[in-house]
Amino acid sequence: MKTSHRMLAAALAVATTTALTSCGSGSEPAADGTTMLSFLVDNSPASLDTAKALTDAFMQANPDITIETETRPGGSEGDNIVKTRLSTGDMSDVFWYNSGSLLQALNPAQTLVDLTGDPVLANVQEDFLTVVSQGGKAYGVPAGSAMGGGILYNRKVYEQLGLQPPKTWAEFMANNDKIKAAGIAPVIATFRETWTSQLFVLGDFYNVQAAAPTFAQDYTANKAKFATTPAARAGFEHLAEVHAKGHLNEGFGSATVDQGMKLLVEGKGAHYPMLSAQLPPMVSETPQAATDIGFFGIPGTDAAKRGATIWEPGALYIPKNTENLEAAKKFLAFVATPAAADAITKVVQPAGPYRIKGATLPDDAIQAAKDLQAYIDDGATAPALEFLSPVKGPSLEQITVAVGSGLTPPAEAAAQYDQDVEKQARQLGLAGW
Amino acid sequence: MTRQDAGPRTGPGRAPDRRRDRTARGRQRSAYPYVLYLPAAIVYVVIFAVPTVMAFYFALTRWTLFDSEFVGLQNFRDFFAEQNLRIGFTNTLIYAVVTSGLKVVLGLLLGVLLTSRLRLRGFLRSVVFFPVLVSTVAVGFTFTALLRPDTGLVNRALALVGVDGPDWLGDATTALLSVAIVDVWKGVGIATVIYIAGILSIPQEYYQAVAVDGGGAWHRFRHVTMPLSWPATYSVIILSFIGGLRSFDLIWTMTRGGPGFTSDTIASIIYKQYQAGFFGLSTAGNVILFVVVTAIVVPLNWFLGRRQATP
Repeated sequence: MKTSHRMLAAALAVATTTALTSCGSGSEPAADGTTMLSFLVDNSPASLDTAKALTDAFMQANPDITIETETRPGGSEGDNIVKTRLSTGDMSDVFWYNSGSLLQALNPAQTLVDLTGDPVLANVQEDFLTVVSQGGKAYGVPAGSAMGGGILYNRKVYEQLGLQPPKTWAEFMANNDKIKAAGIAPVIATFRETWTSQLFVLGDFYNVQAAAPTFAQDYTANKAKFATTPAARAGFEHLAEVHAKGHLNEGFGSATVDQGMKLLVEGKGAHYPMLSAQLPPMVSETPQAATDIGFFGIPGTDAAKRGATIWEPGALYIPKNTENLEAAKKFLAFVATPAAADAITKVVQPAGPYRIKGATLPDDAIQAAKDLQAYIDDGATAPALEFLSPVKGPSLEQITVAVGSGLTPPAEAAAQYDQDVEKQARQLGLAGW
Repeated sequence: MTRQDAGPRTGPGRAPDRRRDRTARGRQRSAYPYVLYLPAAIVYVVIFAVPTVMAFYFALTRWTLFDSEFVGLQNFRDFFAEQNLRIGFTNTLIYAVVTSGLKVVLGLLLGVLLTSRLRLRGFLRSVVFFPVLVSTVAVGFTFTALLRPDTGLVNRALALVGVDGPDWLGDATTALLSVAIVDVWKGVGIATVIYIAGILSIPQEYYQAVAVDGGGAWHRFRHVTMPLSWPATYSVIILSFIGGLRSFDLIWTMTRGGPGFTSDTIASIIYKQYQAGFFGLSTAGNVILFVVVTAIVVPLNWFLGRRQATP
């Protein structure tokens, strides 16, 4: 039995939001012929700056279109706002949202405008299209730059102690011992913001794929498990090892990302498993974040096979309920041009490469972005698992906090995560679970 | 005159009908025309009854907001298989017992203190009650800052006396208890007010009797105040126990159930399912919570009602 509740939901929405929408959602063309576009973004500083750069540049080129930016919270709270607004037909004309597994949960075939074959996508890199597609249809254009998920490290600390970026996990741990002996916290963890605890597991996916090339497909098809795949389990083991050796900063259980980044930039901590996108917003306050902080992928077992895991940028989508499809497409087409990428670069330093044909990193890009580009040039990158598979358990961040705090042994945690994933796959109604 | 008078009018509404006493009695019970109940009934049905009934249906579906698919009892199986559910139940109980226990003890002591002849009595009563007026979320954020391991005021103060304080909210062994103690700080004002009312309603004769028998302060407390403020104790226990069972806001602002799952309660587990977009599953969790709370509250209500009926 499959029932559509859109009618019911729409009726409810009309009943509850008449007062709000009657104030004018800005969908009607104004008297002077300009079109109003509404644009929903999350409220992180980097997203807001990027959105402002894009809309300003676009409105300058297209004076007959005015874009009004609305904000929403990030994280799962934001996910639910996006889902609710889509299901009630109340979404803004254009919205910015994650690509990969989170997009799959929006039911794009039912809610988003299909852009497959549209000239809007002409400048988008081919491999990006896979992460904004479902069932062979593409729905979005990339907003902002890709980022690396691995270890951000303080190059000044490395210089002082005469260390080299590690190529294997064993080298990494050897470096940590020396850093600890010098009185610096080797690894920064910030478990107050639980999502940050996942990097050792999620950022290790390049190594997982190197060891088990079909893991993503098998995992989606309920054939491969974290607990029974040694390469996949390694992420949990690394996390436990770092804690067991006492390598974490003091007060890691209640530290926040901002505090963690500060420790790293100030050289009080040497390594921070993190996304490179955390760096650009730091640059204006602490310029040394651009030069002192480098990036390397989470090291695996084989020095010859080292590489990095990449997070694709989020994308702009058009919901089916828009009344300004032409103007919205025009905006998306602009976002997918090198000119738009340049406009962003002027405001926010890219944390990695753009996904637009012809858009390059500026010469003065931050060191971490250059380091990431080097991996891309070597062809030694893999997208994170969430871009290859719709399966991602919601409790991973709690499980990794428990492992990283020494509460759960890694093997048990991997099994817990497999169970969590099973629940999610069933809730998504995936085949084979 | 063979008929008896219906007695004085005790409430508003029509005067009792004197001509048809027996048959009219049923109608007399409703003091207002039914149509006056309608606005309240509509609000109740639309906002409470309909969603409740819908919840029982959606608990049986896989529901993504875009569509729903009937899956039978699968959600309930999944919810009971939730690995942290047992921790959640235990934590909920621990939290309810610790907070209500401390509120009883501290509330009684503060109540005794604030009914004695103190110079700053009025001021102190306000001080004790003040935290109740502050928003829970604000309390949560404030105490999160105060309990920070390196820069927090609590650990700085402890450092002055040479104690190396733990990472209160980041350590699995102290997280839940830290939140419980903040809850007590915030809620003890209510308990104190109830105790003040309870203690003030104890007739002075009992204290005079103790004085005549030569009893001291301990006797007054142990043999008069404590037993005779039992009704207050009862109210405090019930109120704070139920409050503890549905505790969520403070835990969510201070630890989000962490580190790991160590301070999860049932409410935070349900909320996390909702956050993850598992709307059917979280509805199933709410149905279970509804059943559990009903199973505790209905017998309790019956028990309390019986106590009140017998003088």
